[in-house]
Amino acid sequence: MALVLNEEQKLLKESVKDFFDSKEKISALRKIRDEGKDLYDENLWKEMCEMGLTGLIIPENYGGLNFGYVALGQVLELIGRNLVISPLISTSLMSTTIINTIGNENKKKQFLKKIALGEITMSFAYQEKSNFDPYFINTIAESDGDSYIINGEKFYVLDANISDYIIALVKIENGSLGCCIINSNAEGLKTEKTEFMDTRNRGNIEFNNVSVSKENFIEIKLEDLDKIYNIISIGISSEMLGISIEAFERTIQYLKEREQFGVPIGSFQALQHRAAKMFIEIELSRSVVFKALKAIDDNSQNLSELASLCKSKLGRTVKLVTNEAIQMHGGIGMTDDIDIGLFLKRARVAQQSLGDYNYHLNRYADISGY
Amino acid sequence: MSNVDYKVFRNETREWLENICPKSMTGKVNDVAELYWGGINAEFISDDQKHWFEAMYSKGWIAPNWGKRYGGGELDTQQHKILIEEMNKLKCKPPLFSFGISMLGPALLKFATQEQKDKYLNQITKGEIKWAQGYSEPNAGSDLAGLQCKAEDKGDYFLVNGSKIWTSYGDKGDWIFCLVKTDFEVKKQMGISFILIDMKSEGVSTRPIKLISGKSPFTETFFDNVKVPKENIIGELNKGWTIAKYLLTHERQMIGGVGGNDGKFDPRKIASEYTDDIDGKISDPILRNELAEYEMNDKIFSMTIERAIDEEKAGNNSGAISSLFKYYATELNQERMELIMALSGHSQMIMDSEKTKNGYIAKQFLRSKGNTIEGGTSEVQLNIIAKNILELPNK
Repeated sequence: MALVLNEEQKLLKESVKDFFDSKEKISALRKIRDEGKDLYDENLWKEMCEMGLTGLIIPENYGGLNFGYVALGQVLELIGRNLVISPLISTSLMSTTIINTIGNENKKKQFLKKIALGEITMSFAYQEKSNFDPYFINTIAESDGDSYIINGEKFYVLDANISDYIIALVKIENGSLGCCIINSNAEGLKTEKTEFMDTRNRGNIEFNNVSVSKENFIEIKLEDLDKIYNIISIGISSEMLGISIEAFERTIQYLKEREQFGVPIGSFQALQHRAAKMFIEIELSRSVVFKALKAIDDNSQNLSELASLCKSKLGRTVKLVTNEAIQMHGGIGMTDDIDIGLFLKRARVAQQSLGDYNYHLNRYADISGY
Repeated sequence: MSNVDYKVFRNETREWLENICPKSMTGKVNDVAELYWGGINAEFISDDQKHWFEAMYSKGWIAPNWGKRYGGGELDTQQHKILIEEMNKLKCKPPLFSFGISMLGPALLKFATQEQKDKYLNQITKGEIKWAQGYSEPNAGSDLAGLQCKAEDKGDYFLVNGSKIWTSYGDKGDWIFCLVKTDFEVKKQMGISFILIDMKSEGVSTRPIKLISGKSPFTETFFDNVKVPKENIIGELNKGWTIAKYLLTHERQMIGGVGGNDGKFDPRKIASEYTDDIDGKISDPILRNELAEYEMNDKIFSMTIERAIDEEKAGNNSGAISSLFKYYATELNQERMELIMALSGHSQMIMDSEKTKNGYIAKQFLRSKGNTIEGGTSEVQLNIIAKNILELPNK
């Protein structure tokens, strides 16, 4: 398969783009942030579900469209461009990937259809530290008859405060890891919403003797956990690509409009060269994101390598572009009156999710064996 | 569109190459001097070389995509690609080393008269003339259009005076294609013409240029009252700038093709040879980081080339991105050489040792500094991206 979109993917991207173009997005984000009434735009989410965006990576026999990750990546890119707040990343990228990867037939039947229909939302609770550390897990599940009793704490869980279910990454007595699928109303589970720089819904979760039926516990092998992290990293890279493209295009537009010394500032070579370098970095980023998305669909053996290449490159690109975007906008870029700063805010949070530039560069060197 | 069976073509091509290409004409080219150059005083260095050239010429594969009328093979793009792939697989050496094919031919095909095409293109495919390029001047580098070498109309001939610099193999060339000033009264781009000059003409001389990396194929070329026939102008008088721009795009793509790992020059290999490790990791974490960063960018650049090819095949116009490739390939190659020097410490800086092949890597490192200058500096490429792709305003 070539590194270009096929007809199906192109059509999807165009229709999702038209859909977002017709909606309030960034103004919706500001409303959520400033008024604090709604946590996300439920009508927008409903329409996204009706369009089938929640079923892109769900097999047809579970009610999905089975378009694959290249397709989902195009939607995530548009989510990045439009700074859309929705449960799509937590539910349709993270949780769906987990159930697809390690869920048995029963779990798939139980959850995937409902996800595809937009009936439920789910969050993945993995992080227990300020920085990403994949196997640092102190949330313990102790066997108790037909159940596990869970104790511990998870931090910064995306959409924890709005999800119907939490998939918690836990450790059992013999040291093995597993995922518990827990109803967010379960007794002993306490979620505290945190206000984040990017206005996305997030919460810290406390597990205080939370009882989970063993039926809802799935043991996870390290290689499967790596695969899940890889896929989520690539998905978030797609969103970061969208953020980079949008921040870049807005900045180029500004360089053409803003006049100082009687000329558009875009006529200054000092800025032109920096703009050209951003263009080059974005073109390179498009290639690695596409290659990595395709590798998920092709079930490639070198997914870990590609995921780290992808997440580190995009971390660097989105950092460059959002920084230059503020600098080139000058004073107005520092104000909340215009939107450019919102891209910086989302970018930094996304950069830290599942490992930043340095983390993945180091991991790439590890994988390469030097 | 065409009813060529590419599978059959590939099989036949491979079989033909396997049968025809002599063993000695395969393998890595270490020095272009071992290739056949053609030219007025052409000599084959071996019977194999002669046999290989003649066989390829009989197929029209000296210039595979040119018309048969010009000694070409009339292959379509896909066939041409297949031929290159099959030649690469068998490691066949080029049958002719020629700037005529890569740098002059495309301009003749597009801008020359039928008479000129018949004459010069056939000479090129037959390997009868070695061509040199005369664009840059001591005072016209990035500002190429500011060139001063002039051709005055003297009625039945042009009188050429001035000098050119960075002529590759100028001392070995039979003829040179030059940009010359033919009108000083108009805007500088409007007064330039594209002219062909016989280097045996009276008044032509060359001087070799020594680089920071040592001996080089470059020369300065001087024209002192050189008489050139009027029919040697290609295209219209004073319209040479259009031809130059067209050819520079070609050259950019060729230089963009530098870099790539040839094994011996793979920084990872150099690292394993020269650096200490702790538990299998390069002990200097910053150097390790730099190596990873270089490899990351190298891999992603390869993916970008792959994507550009796929986009082109899919009919998506990728536009003026040859500047992107020229810029990135050359910057990356410099990073690679810097990294190799850092990883190997002092050991590759010895210039008089058998072990370092007399400083081979050091010379390559020094030479790589020119990559971001020749064929349009990195800064010129960024200008092109800013103006042509991003459409940022002029002052």
